[in-house]
Amino acid sequence: MRQSRWLLATAAVFALASAPAFAENVFKWASQGDALTLDPMSQNEGPTNAMNGQLYESLVTRDPQMKLQPELAVSWTGAADGWTFKLREGVKFHDGADFTAEDVKFSIERAQSPSSDFKEQVSGITSVQIIDDHTVKLMTDGPNPILPNQLTSTYILDKDWAEKNNVTTPQDFKAKQETYAVRNANGTGPFKVVSRAPDELTVLARNTAWWGDKLFPGNIDRIEYRPIANAATRVAALLSGEVDFVLDPPLQDLKRIESADGLKVITVAQIRSIFFGMDQGVAELRTSDVKGKNPFADVRVREAMNLAMDKVAIQRVVMEGLSFPTGMITPPGVFGNTPENDKPLPFDPEKAKALLADAGYPNGFTVQLDCPNNRYNNDEKICQAAVAMLAKVGVKVNLEAVSKAQHFPKIQKRTSDFYMLGWGVPTLDSHYVFAYLLADGGSWNATGYNNARVNEITAAIATETDIDKRTAMIEEAWNIVLADKPYVPLHHQVIAWAMSNKVDAPIGADDALRPRFIVMK
Amino acid sequence: MFALIVRRLLQSILVMASVSVISFSLFNFVGDPVNNMVGQDATREDRVRIRQELGLDDPIIVQYGRFLGNAIQGDFGLSYRIKRPVDQLIAERLPATLELVFVSALIALGFGITAGVYTGIQRNSWASRLVLSGSLIGVSLPTFIIGIGLIYLFAVHLRWLPSSGRGGVIDLGGWKTSLLTIDGWRSIILPAITLSLFQMTIILRLVRAEMLEVMQADFIKFARARGLSERAINFSHALKNTLVPVVTIIGINIGGLIAFSVITETVFQWPGTGLMFIQSVDFVDVPIMSAYLCFVALVFVVVNLVVDILYFVIDPRIRLGAK
Repeated sequence: MRQSRWLLATAAVFALASAPAFAENVFKWASQGDALTLDPMSQNEGPTNAMNGQLYESLVTRDPQMKLQPELAVSWTGAADGWTFKLREGVKFHDGADFTAEDVKFSIERAQSPSSDFKEQVSGITSVQIIDDHTVKLMTDGPNPILPNQLTSTYILDKDWAEKNNVTTPQDFKAKQETYAVRNANGTGPFKVVSRAPDELTVLARNTAWWGDKLFPGNIDRIEYRPIANAATRVAALLSGEVDFVLDPPLQDLKRIESADGLKVITVAQIRSIFFGMDQGVAELRTSDVKGKNPFADVRVREAMNLAMDKVAIQRVVMEGLSFPTGMITPPGVFGNTPENDKPLPFDPEKAKALLADAGYPNGFTVQLDCPNNRYNNDEKICQAAVAMLAKVGVKVNLEAVSKAQHFPKIQKRTSDFYMLGWGVPTLDSHYVFAYLLADGGSWNATGYNNARVNEITAAIATETDIDKRTAMIEEAWNIVLADKPYVPLHHQVIAWAMSNKVDAPIGADDALRPRFIVMK
Repeated sequence: MFALIVRRLLQSILVMASVSVISFSLFNFVGDPVNNMVGQDATREDRVRIRQELGLDDPIIVQYGRFLGNAIQGDFGLSYRIKRPVDQLIAERLPATLELVFVSALIALGFGITAGVYTGIQRNSWASRLVLSGSLIGVSLPTFIIGIGLIYLFAVHLRWLPSSGRGGVIDLGGWKTSLLTIDGWRSIILPAITLSLFQMTIILRLVRAEMLEVMQADFIKFARARGLSERAINFSHALKNTLVPVVTIIGINIGGLIAFSVITETVFQWPGTGLMFIQSVDFVDVPIMSAYLCFVALVFVVVNLVVDILYFVIDPRIRLGAK
């Protein structure tokens, strides 16, 4: 009797608790880190953008195939002096305010302010002209063929809301006070914040007033996001059914997840390439036994370094098959990558030794390799493999693997001789690679590589609007880089998502979750 | 007594000052926060400007002076990572850590003392041997392995308990507690056991060793001769006399539990100060790291003070000797 009463009570509680669940599709997911702020211009960082991308929208966006799609703009046309965007009508912010051209002007100017972390994306815009309530023209300093590509993460805020709450600029680094936008959001996006406990749980609810509510296949009513920092715990939460989806499962656990009942893993080639940079610009390497000259200044040495790396072995042994060995530092999907150039240089230690001897280093030389240990997939293990491979051709490498907070400043400050770097390309255009990694003075070009023609092309493709001419120039520049070999390309990374069989989520090469396409069975 | 407390509080200021000096001189080796504060697109000029705005290029001694000056006024600055006031962040996270420590200390004390007394008295029973060899696992396995093991057993395999996180939280006017709901207890039990195992083992072995010694003492033989019950002898005579070293160890360990719940909190995604600290180290969030380390120093000083006061209460000899 007592037991049955207990059962009845349990059943009643259960029925009450789960009553809304019959109508609701709740998508529970986990990844490694929580969003740092809800201010969409304060921090350009993966988890933060992932969260803000559900709440806010930009003028144009990308679909899972990486094609540009209208979001808050319905159409756009380019001219020599700028781009005209026709805005979507009838769109409302979460607080009910109307979305107008004023908000676009305000948001782009906000993104350009000194405390914004998204100002490089809008640095080509000189001013924003409001043509009418639903048309804006983004004025540029000469033609800019890739402007729409650069706007996919420039989110639009409501001007009145920002003014009312005193957040017309993102929080300053010198600020003494927290600003309102750090913990409050008012976008036009498909989801609204219901509750947020940092590092614990963030609940978002479907915005039924969203313009695309009926236009997309996604059927999620509620998103529950749980950051779980520890990878093994994250996998455990998926295996136990507490979450339906893990964005970043560790590569070594994928087989185990796939073999579990009701779970699946999907993969896609990521827009991120991993490579080594060699400082060929300095007169003498800082960490080498070669004095008075720089071995990396000789293209034969750089070719030998490349030939000595067995990229296929790294793929097989270190990456568990989850990488694409390459001969370029930018992946397919980025405009300018070609199948011919993407082929890795063959592994040929004999030829490498011969080239080193030719260059005057028959017994090799020593150098330090700087490597991060918490940034890319298996980064430290790749470097360890590289040390062994280079030792076979006589180059004695001293590995220094440190945290990303210690590693990247070495590249920024130009104090590394030989370093690992990975590069993703949000604009999906080669210009982004040339400007940062190959042009003289590019902020991540610590190789000292300086080729006049490459510099010239980098500047030219920023404004060239004739597609054929532009394509030819990009190809020419890549061929120069292929011959000069300032970097040793290793591979393009692979993204893996792990999820329950009841979830159907299209994976994209930019690793972004797109809930508007996620279907739950 | 009052003089002792004042003296100790003065000492605590000294301890906190030295901890902050040492930690500040170490921050330079953790890395550059600016790299984490901006995206890959940021220009080199921008990075330099931010470094200057944050004063990161100033000599360590200047940075330390600035930190100290602000800290004395109760201003610990804004977190580089979350862009919110540090004191507020620590205050928000503290209840989670304190509750975790409280529950794991209860487990460690309850089980440690009981099993210690038992194994001290029933030296040769098979249960004692089992407990003693089992306790070796507690000291020899790293917390990380124990935590993951418990998660796989109870959350993945048996599915009795949640694998991570803090459920069933109720807000009691600023103090968020998870000890008032069943869900809360379900989520705290695994991390609390993980955190308690090491302490439990130490307490168990200490109580056992002390019991073995005390049981040989004359006053125990005398108590037996008086015809007291075994229970009264074991618990009110023997156990009481083992407590001074046990209280010392517990005191030091509770400080350690609060300060170093870092790993347990990370494994279980327990949203306390330890998890926040480890994330701050990854990010090189200097304001949080420095404030947190000062806070930990304070905890140790206070706990040690409480331990000293407890000596007075427990052991009449110390009380008399002080007069």
